[in-house]
Amino acid sequence: MPQVNMTVNGKAATGTVEGRTLLVDFLRETLGMTGTHVGCDTSQCGACVVHVNGKAVKSCTMFAAEAEGAEVATVEGMAAADGTLSTIQQAFQDHHGLQCGFCTPGMVMSAAALLRDNPKPSEAEVRDYLEGNICRCTGYHNIVKAIMAASGQDVSSIAAE
Amino acid sequence: MEPRVAVGDYNRSTGDSTLYTTSQNPHVIRLLMGAFVLGIPEHKLRVVAPDVGGGFGSKIFHYAEEALCTFAAKALNRPVKWTCSRSEAFISDAHGRDHVTKIDLALDADNNFTAVRTETYANMGAYLSTFAPSVPTWLHGTLMAGNYKTPLVYVNVKAVFTNTVPVDAYRGAGRPEATYQLERVIDKAAIELGVDPIALRRQNFITEFPYATPVAVEYDTGDYVATMDKLEEMADLSGFEARLAESQAKGKLRGLGVNCYIEACGIAPSNLVGQLGARAGLYESATVRVNATGGLVVMTGSHSHGQGHETSFAQVVADMIGIDENMVEIVHGDTANTPMGMGTYGSRSLAVGGSAMVRATEKIIAKARKIAAHLMEAAEADIELKDGQFSVAGTDKSVAWGDVTLAAYVPHNYPLEEIEPGLEETAFYDPANFTYPSGAYACEVEVDPDTGKVTIERFSAADDFGNIVNPMIVSGQVHGGLAQGIGQALLEGCGYDENGQLLTGSFMDYAMPRASDVPFYSVDHSCQTPCTHNPLGVKGCGEAGAIGSPPSVVNAVVDALRRGGHDVTHVDMPLSPSRVWSAMQG
Amino acid sequence: MYTFDIERPSTVGDAVKLLSDSTESQPLGGGQTLIPTLKQRLAMPDRLVSLGGITEIQGISQDDGGALCIGGGVTHADVAAGAGAYAALAGLAGKIGDPAVRNRGTIGGSLANNDPSACYPSAVLASGATVVTNTREIAADDFFDGLFTTALEEGEIITEVRFAVPQKAAYMKFEQPASRFALVGVFVAKYADGVRVAVTGASEGGVFRWAEAEAALSTNFAASALDGLSLDGSGMISDLHGSGDYRAHLVAVMTRRAVEAA
Repeated sequence: MPQVNMTVNGKAATGTVEGRTLLVDFLRETLGMTGTHVGCDTSQCGACVVHVNGKAVKSCTMFAAEAEGAEVATVEGMAAADGTLSTIQQAFQDHHGLQCGFCTPGMVMSAAALLRDNPKPSEAEVRDYLEGNICRCTGYHNIVKAIMAASGQDVSSIAAE
Repeated sequence: MEPRVAVGDYNRSTGDSTLYTTSQNPHVIRLLMGAFVLGIPEHKLRVVAPDVGGGFGSKIFHYAEEALCTFAAKALNRPVKWTCSRSEAFISDAHGRDHVTKIDLALDADNNFTAVRTETYANMGAYLSTFAPSVPTWLHGTLMAGNYKTPLVYVNVKAVFTNTVPVDAYRGAGRPEATYQLERVIDKAAIELGVDPIALRRQNFITEFPYATPVAVEYDTGDYVATMDKLEEMADLSGFEARLAESQAKGKLRGLGVNCYIEACGIAPSNLVGQLGARAGLYESATVRVNATGGLVVMTGSHSHGQGHETSFAQVVADMIGIDENMVEIVHGDTANTPMGMGTYGSRSLAVGGSAMVRATEKIIAKARKIAAHLMEAAEADIELKDGQFSVAGTDKSVAWGDVTLAAYVPHNYPLEEIEPGLEETAFYDPANFTYPSGAYACEVEVDPDTGKVTIERFSAADDFGNIVNPMIVSGQVHGGLAQGIGQALLEGCGYDENGQLLTGSFMDYAMPRASDVPFYSVDHSCQTPCTHNPLGVKGCGEAGAIGSPPSVVNAVVDALRRGGHDVTHVDMPLSPSRVWSAMQG
Repeated sequence: MYTFDIERPSTVGDAVKLLSDSTESQPLGGGQTLIPTLKQRLAMPDRLVSLGGITEIQGISQDDGGALCIGGGVTHADVAAGAGAYAALAGLAGKIGDPAVRNRGTIGGSLANNDPSACYPSAVLASGATVVTNTREIAADDFFDGLFTTALEEGEIITEVRFAVPQKAAYMKFEQPASRFALVGVFVAKYADGVRVAVTGASEGGVFRWAEAEAALSTNFAASALDGLSLDGSGMISDLHGSGDYRAHLVAVMTRRAVEAA
């Protein structure tokens, strides 16, 4: 069985995989990094979003072997080494952008990719960008609000409580 | 979004079985599976479900895979894990809300509602799931009076077996169905009679409480006028005409839908549901254990799968004592370290679970006051507790919470002849009644007349949840419920072909609402008529959004079509573009 | 999924060798369609030949004639960002799936698969584009052969797609509410020698050209030229999401909107 080598959150990661081993399964089962989640089998829900070489990717729709030599970023790498949450994570906490938390890693990773490409997105741009991220708990209201807040935009006019 | 998972484990040396499962109610699973399926006594069976990724009802029921994994682990003497794929979930998770209903509303010459008659066929699926028969009967029929003083209500429900996946409770469980039928027929009446749909509702509101409905339940309190007033203000209804003109200028139809809802939740009084045929009690439990250095652990029979109980429950207890919330830890989800509880569904956690916690904390405070009285050599009646300090009324003598708790576990200066050492109390709380949240919702939609596509332009929700513990969590629950109700109204539905084949077997065919399908919502819970029969005065808020919103959307779409010149009085959900377009073709 | 090996050749030549040897092999582009298919166990190759490491099939450029040349391995995201010379095509690519899917899915993979609801087939057919493979060049009109079927031979890889840039063009997609694929998608392209209208999502036979609309629009490129033109609902896909008649109706609506937007 082939070996795969990649960098995950800045650290070298290696493992023995099958051809059919998905990147998400390599992360979760071989590396024990269970922050990335699997919520569907048709590549739609986005709970599995990670970054591969700086681009948002659905890790359930990519084989581990295809990430050979790649730099992979997962939600586990978003907070600082001392546990301080990233701006996006803190915004999700502050604005109640998560309830059960299952979709949240994918939302956070998609948000990070969005804000890298579009630092001050409009509400419509945020909603459009989340086309591939499904949430069943929040109704998206506080997720969109959190992402706009994380981008430094004023969200005080968005109805809260 | 988390699919179901079960891990069975067996310890051969102790003979203990453990089941890790995505359940909303681990104790219920332990009882059902242990007593009725596998024959394992409860003390040899532990069920663990601490951090579940959402449930909404579909994770209440005892599923076969849980029993199989538990059984197999013992048979093989090794852990056995089953993970449901999303495709498997579509053919095995309980479905919800499959009713075919005919409803009639009778009015007198002055537009007062005189009677409601409803006949429903409710699909149970191929097998009866855990709560299935109660949903279209007791959780649906008893809401057919709605917010209105209709004197006569006739409800006939026939549950039927079919070849579909079993159908059981889903967020609202019977009350979305009841609200939908009633609020749709009221709107239809308004159209036929040529009266304003809001005025028609206001005229028929119940205004005196408690109100004994003709359908078994008694509403303790409410103020439907207040929530409708609040809604009219929030939704800027007077600005609708201008927005209508803007939509028309873009070639779109626009409609406004307004409706009320009431629901019965905070389930439930055990003797009442017992009389109705339930085989379960619906109390809740809490053990509050105070540690020597003053921190508390609350072991609750409630379950958190996104509701934030770790925050709201800690808030309640911390507020009662006057200490920092960080000193209160909430433990849930493991039958090994929580008292027997019925779990989380039916918007019951704060109303019932929270009340159990309050009662247990009251016992703690009562005992702590005795200890404080002893420490300060004062009469117990003179002890006051404020901001974590016990003081003697009228003096400057006080002792801190932490001193009292330490004394309980180091009882040297302690009334041992009157009370035992330690500071740990348990309470089981059986509610006296359901609770009755209610509200008024307004939805504005645009309809593209060429394609039938509906977009939600505005959604306003004025809810009365009684007292509010954590406003942000409450709003979040309403947001999520609204999205599910909008999803039901416009997008979602399990389709089967004539051979019983499930057509909607994945998200490729089962349409889930995305962020771009909904706007920011405008929600309000400032109208508060506290629940009269639980210590927190709370009514529960988890399901209301999903209950009140489907008729809002459908009322709005029908309104849009009618304003656009189409003589349509009803379209069945989901109002997919193709269905709306077909309705417009006449 | 059944088991298989994955090879990652770095040249087209090596990929073709792997695809033509005795092992049951399938090419793997972005995987956004193939991987879900494999998860359903609807395909059982013994080997996947990943095209992701082949630089020869990357890149977007314009040739001397001004045609836009897009490597078969270029992702939808890269087409959206880099095909500015053909704005309607870039816009179509930017609305396929979602951002994460667009970072992996490729034009070559999409065309080779020929999903009846995919967007790219309509752009290729409406543009009269040329599909270049490792062995030949195939005109758009000869490429699409029905549901999930193309003119490609076993082991033939799309290396490039060449688009003549039209005078005016637009793509209008009406999304199937669940999958967000095209329930009906219409690509209209106006060239000096006439207008082409290609429809995806609607027909049981896959992407097709609406000849009547092409003729009318070639005479008069305006939405009014389409007045009175309609398609027959029979032969259109009829399913949970819409009847054949509804799809036929949507084709007319989307064509009109595409002309207005072009």
